[in-house]
Amino acid sequence: MSTTNEKDWPLWEIFLQSKKGLDHKHVGSLHAADARMAVENARDVYTRRGEGNSIWAVRASDIHASRPEDQGEFFDPADDKVYRHPTFYPMPEGVKYI
Amino acid sequence: MPEKKQEALFQQAVDGEQKVEPRDWMPEGYRKNLIRQISQHAHSEVVGMLPEGNWITRAPSLHRKTILLAKVQDEAGHGLYLYSAAETLGIGRDELIDQLLSGKAKYSSIFNYPTLTWADIGAIGWLVDGAAIINQVMLTRTSYGPYSRAMVRICKEESFHNRQGYDILMTLSKGTPEQKAMAQDALDRWWWPSLMMFGPSDKDSPHSAQSMQWKIKRQGNDELRQVFIDRTVPQAEFIGLKVPDPKLKWNEQTQHYDWGEINWEEFNQVIKGNGPCNAERMAARRKAHDDGAWVREAALAHAEKKNKRNAA
Amino acid sequence: MNQQEALFRFALRMGDNALVLGHRISEWCGHAPALEEDIAQTNIALDLIGQARNYLTYAGEVEGKGRKEDDLAYLRDSREYINALITEQPKGDFAHTIVRSFLWDAFHRPLLNALANSSDERLKGIAEKAVKEVAYHLRHSSEWLIRFGDGTEESHRRAQTALDELWRFTGELFEADEAEQILAKEGVIPPLESLKAEWNATVDRVLAEATLKRPSEGWMASGGKKGVHTEHLSLMLAEMQTLQRSYPGVEW
Repeated sequence: MSTTNEKDWPLWEIFLQSKKGLDHKHVGSLHAADARMAVENARDVYTRRGEGNSIWAVRASDIHASRPEDQGEFFDPADDKVYRHPTFYPMPEGVKYI
Repeated sequence: MPEKKQEALFQQAVDGEQKVEPRDWMPEGYRKNLIRQISQHAHSEVVGMLPEGNWITRAPSLHRKTILLAKVQDEAGHGLYLYSAAETLGIGRDELIDQLLSGKAKYSSIFNYPTLTWADIGAIGWLVDGAAIINQVMLTRTSYGPYSRAMVRICKEESFHNRQGYDILMTLSKGTPEQKAMAQDALDRWWWPSLMMFGPSDKDSPHSAQSMQWKIKRQGNDELRQVFIDRTVPQAEFIGLKVPDPKLKWNEQTQHYDWGEINWEEFNQVIKGNGPCNAERMAARRKAHDDGAWVREAALAHAEKKNKRNAA
Repeated sequence: MNQQEALFRFALRMGDNALVLGHRISEWCGHAPALEEDIAQTNIALDLIGQARNYLTYAGEVEGKGRKEDDLAYLRDSREYINALITEQPKGDFAHTIVRSFLWDAFHRPLLNALANSSDERLKGIAEKAVKEVAYHLRHSSEWLIRFGDGTEESHRRAQTALDELWRFTGELFEADEAEQILAKEGVIPPLESLKAEWNATVDRVLAEATLKRPSEGWMASGGKKGVHTEHLSLMLAEMQTLQRSYPGVEW
């Protein structure tokens, strides 16, 4: 087969904004030779049912992620900072708009 | 951490319904099992484009033609979502496709059956996609995050496939005697292969028990097959078609249909490559891949040239 | 030919062009060079077949004999089809498909741009929707053509060969038949020769970026608009129309 040594197109991660004002959300990935092709392929692959208003394509190799083994030191310390949440502060009945 | 301990923690997390994400530690067997299952699923979507694609140019109305095109296009999308999910496990799409084209990887045997008449397009949507959906709904709850997310997306798109197939057969069964016979003939040929799609009985299925423990699969083959039969038989009756199983009978006691015996010899032969269209399907995929090689190379070469020019 | 007959003929031609080209592109579905391109080409085919349905439905209404989109699509012989020859050419290798799409899209877009200002409300409505689709088609085909021309030696050679082979079908696009002359005079459609400047500019710009050579004008094939086709069309229609012809008058 002619295929074994062939280089594949790079992998891209695709983020869609479903309508203005909302966040771009990760919807999946695809392959494309360059950024332009990635955005257009994303249009064809991920917005066939009108799901999108704006597309971001990011090369998968450019994404830096936290490591699962750091989960404890990264995220657990936020668990006991209850004073960061508004429900921590009881408000007397009758006080409004706060 | 010793491997044994890690494995115990992993199983504990899975038992607690925590999803496994790509960078999490996972047993090598889990990774391998997933790559095998997800890529097999992806290959099935891609090879599955061929039997239906066979009728795109002959669809009997412009309306049906657009529906069929949109549906086969969705299969390409589903293949793509699934290859991407497999890629999160550290294997490239090119390698997965090589496994398919070299015959090392399997795909669903159902796609080795021929589409002989237009009614077969109805039967595929109704029965084959109907069976696939039951499996896929179960897989939305699979333990591996990317696989589960791909399944959610696929399930959303798949119910249109199922309905358009039923709609084709409903129209035929209301049509001329010739059309009705065409519909019945399609049901006769696709019924048993559709039941085989759920795989061997759990007691004979090599991967089932481990997959269940890891919650890659959530329900057994036999249970899912029964769900399919219970759902589909009344749908057949509604459009006046007869399911080709003389032993089929509603059982008041179990509240399920009793039914006949699958021809496992046929199942095994088709898996071994002796189905009616195995060779044609692989030849078509190889041709598309080989004919496309210069196109994919050209796109890369151009991207590299552009990069160099921009850097200069 | 009165204006109504001219309008019927023009709507029919727009429908035939879109249907025949859409059909050809749909032949890639399941066989494209990459999954992403299976999906992209199928989107284009779906756009075109959707446009064809709009035009054929309108043509049937203008004709006033009760013919519906499927009657016009499935029950006319190749001699009654009046599409441009370039649309019916076999899909060939992917370079042929891209070059054909590009040459067509570069013509189709200015045509639709003008039709979006037509004095005929229905044509205007169809074109307003289609012009966005076709702008994307032109972008897609242009980019691939540039990748081929400025890609590898092989892709360059294949693209140039396709360009040289398909070039002779481009002259016909700008030849107005009687119907098109009547409608242009009434301001329903643009004079076809007025589209040539934009077509030339698009072609020259993209070919330059692709480092491909524009073929010399030379001899141009023609006849599609009169129903005199290449041999490919009747074969394509035989396949497309098989069920409607074998089982006349039934619902599908």
